[in-house]
Amino acid sequence: MSVATAFKTGGFAVSGDLWRGIVAIAVFLIFWETGSRSVSWFGFALPWISKIPPPVAVAQEMLTLFQDPSFWQSAFLSTWRVFEGFIAAMLIGIPLGLAMAVSRTFYGITFPVFEVLRPIPPLAWVPASIIFWPTQELSIAFVTFLGAFFTIVINVVGGAQAIDVRYFQAARSMGSSTWDIFRRIILPATLPSMAVGATVGVGITWAVVVAAEMISGGGSGAGGGLGFFIWNSYVGGSYTQIVAGMISIGVAGYLSSAALRKIGTWMTPWLAEG
Amino acid sequence: MTIQSSPTLSSLPAQGRSPAAYPETARKGGVRIVDAVKTYGTNNGTGVLAVDHCTFDVPAGEITVVVGPSGCGKTTLLNAIAGFHSLSSGSIYLDDQMLCGPGKLKAEPGPDRIVVFQNGALFPWKTNIENVAFGPIMQGTMTKAEAYEKARSMMADAGLRDIENDYPGETSSGVRRRVEIVRALMTDPKILLLDEPYRALDSLTKSVMHEALLEIFYKNRVTIFFITHDLEEAIFLGHRVVIMTSRPCRPKKILDIDIPHPRDYGVLTTKRFREFMDETAAAVHEEATKAFAAGEKER
Amino acid sequence: MSETAASDVRSLNAGEAMGSHTTRKQTPFSVAMYRLSLWLRSPRPYLMLIGFSLFLGFWYLAVEVWKLPRFAEMPGPTEVMREWFSENPTYGLSVFLPEYYLHIWVSTRRIAIAFFLATAIGVPLGLFLGWSQRFKQYVFPVFELLRPVPPLAWVPLAIVMFHGSETPVIFLTFLASFYATALNTMLGVESIDVSYIRAASCLGAKRWQVFRHVIVPAALPFIFTGLQISIGVAWFSLVAGEMVSGQYGLGYVINTSYTMVRYPTIIIGMATLGIVGYVTSAAIRLLGDHMMQWRTRELALGADK
Repeated sequence: MSVATAFKTGGFAVSGDLWRGIVAIAVFLIFWETGSRSVSWFGFALPWISKIPPPVAVAQEMLTLFQDPSFWQSAFLSTWRVFEGFIAAMLIGIPLGLAMAVSRTFYGITFPVFEVLRPIPPLAWVPASIIFWPTQELSIAFVTFLGAFFTIVINVVGGAQAIDVRYFQAARSMGSSTWDIFRRIILPATLPSMAVGATVGVGITWAVVVAAEMISGGGSGAGGGLGFFIWNSYVGGSYTQIVAGMISIGVAGYLSSAALRKIGTWMTPWLAEG
Repeated sequence: MTIQSSPTLSSLPAQGRSPAAYPETARKGGVRIVDAVKTYGTNNGTGVLAVDHCTFDVPAGEITVVVGPSGCGKTTLLNAIAGFHSLSSGSIYLDDQMLCGPGKLKAEPGPDRIVVFQNGALFPWKTNIENVAFGPIMQGTMTKAEAYEKARSMMADAGLRDIENDYPGETSSGVRRRVEIVRALMTDPKILLLDEPYRALDSLTKSVMHEALLEIFYKNRVTIFFITHDLEEAIFLGHRVVIMTSRPCRPKKILDIDIPHPRDYGVLTTKRFREFMDETAAAVHEEATKAFAAGEKER
Repeated sequence: MSETAASDVRSLNAGEAMGSHTTRKQTPFSVAMYRLSLWLRSPRPYLMLIGFSLFLGFWYLAVEVWKLPRFAEMPGPTEVMREWFSENPTYGLSVFLPEYYLHIWVSTRRIAIAFFLATAIGVPLGLFLGWSQRFKQYVFPVFELLRPVPPLAWVPLAIVMFHGSETPVIFLTFLASFYATALNTMLGVESIDVSYIRAASCLGAKRWQVFRHVIVPAALPFIFTGLQISIGVAWFSLVAGEMVSGQYGLGYVINTSYTMVRYPTIIIGMATLGIVGYVTSAAIRLLGDHMMQWRTRELALGADK
């Protein structure tokens, strides 16, 4: 499977072997179930699995949760935060990346600073962010923004630098203006890398949002987001809720990545050939 | 296989194709392709017909060159002989033993039919000599010491001794190609399958490559099945030239080139060579135009 | 005439070989020195200086000179520098105090364990996932099922599952790193040019021999790219884990500095993280370059990009 098709299908092989995958997942669930109930069924506790609530209990918990409006409020809040941070990262990151790719001087000035700041994990910025921004919401948003920002810029710069110089030469020899070149060559050629950067970035954004919510205690009254929900469940001792929360986040994260991948494929039809 | 001292090109009697004139190595590797058909694509029948009832012979101990426009399906045939692809129907025989056919549509790849690839497949992470010694070591037919010994002498024979311990990435593509051919010969194959090996080289290097290939052929008498889109190359190298139609391919014209071996680049300006070019150029051009009109993409 | 042609071919061979003979004299060190001298002669180092000056300058001016309202409580660069390099720091953390290095050591140790485990399990798994369709069909769906759950979401569950405060943090870091490594390795194997595999089969290699002599070396560049991503992800998760539940470590330092209102130390912590993160990443890259000599030599001889 080429990287292009792997990217499009999310790495899944085509449906012929769907059954094998289902079998595997079923085995996994059974293993989980027996492991969790190992104390009551076998009389001894398997090292780590026995402490996890069994899938059936989790499923029941999820059904209960889905009927609880505050759960959906938390989910919405987290999603909104992801959205905010992510859009901001795109709005600032893409132009910055393109500027870096286009102008050697600008790249020379900004890239080293960028590379020095990049290894600092986004979460390490949380306290600084809280000090700086007036509201907790903004501080979480800033950290979220950072998470995706670095990935997007790196991908855009990489994509723009990889453009074959002959495209530029061809365009110039046909009399294109600089703006034309930008619009018709640089922009479309970097779209695939932007798409990759976006898809990876949104995953990071989710991770950061959840983390930030856990650390900063949730913020705004409505419930504080899914990260806070999980933490709260832990504090309150409800293990099934923890797992239910984890699954919800996982699903939400997967859906956002899938949506972005679809958008990416739609924006780059010329990559359709595998 | 014993390493013989290399005869210079002029010392071999220029007697045409009489077998008695050549070193006494086994004449093996004859391939017979019978009614081969290959369709690519989905099972519901909307496939692409690549090979359309091809039948021809590759005589043992000779160089057979297949010429055709890009994308016509000649690589598919080579892959079927090599065992990388299956046929949809038809059969292929090697020395009268069935490689693939009804009931067994895909041959097994093996050291009796070695391929030299278009873009080169020397392992970049091994040095040149490690590459060359790879085959016998993998098969277990020689110990490591023996394999390296043989590799060293074969490389020295081909004038490649100085780059033994370099990595392929450090040497030029022409040299790489020759190392790859030496690697192929280490396992004493019955037939050498060359898939447009010189396509990526400039024409100056190519001319050197041709003479080097012929030299190797004269020494080893291994059967060669060579694919190219270059008619001149084909007539220069081959005992037999098979001209293919555009996709789906079938033999359009088969020529036995009776220009005597051993050949060198002086051959290109002889009258006989020009006669062959005249005979075939029209046919090749016709197929090339068809392929161009069909807008075929190189696979 | 033919004889001279043949000997011309021979001498040409020798000439070509001579060419590569001279290039073989290049050692990694001399190549590095050469590239350094090129770099110094380009505008790049000076632009870099401008960039850093702008960044630090703006920070300095905003906090200490103009005293912008937003920056009211932020520590300025001079304050941070003074604190970082003082022998008697007000807030208890500087390059002169052993505590500082203790925190660095604790974090690094955690990363080392988690990363090592993740690589030891992730690389073989990735190799098999890429190599065997069958294996992938069984294992990959389960793999993908657990992947979308962000590392930190595992924290409470990890605390529940494992004893102590050390293991959950390492587990977290391991998980994130493992996924990145396994996925990249798998994609690497799938990107290998099929000609190499075919050539090996032709030459008589059996399946396991192809795996060992072709797949593993060919995937190495991809594996190392994956490892660099993986170490970055590992630091990300480690810091998160340390901030939530841990004692000692750089993440812990940053968090407690905040709660204890020791603001300059926050910046020190962040800067240290950046440096250590960069060093670990560079170490992996260097290891990769060393293990893949054939590639570095090839690239060194190529265009200076």
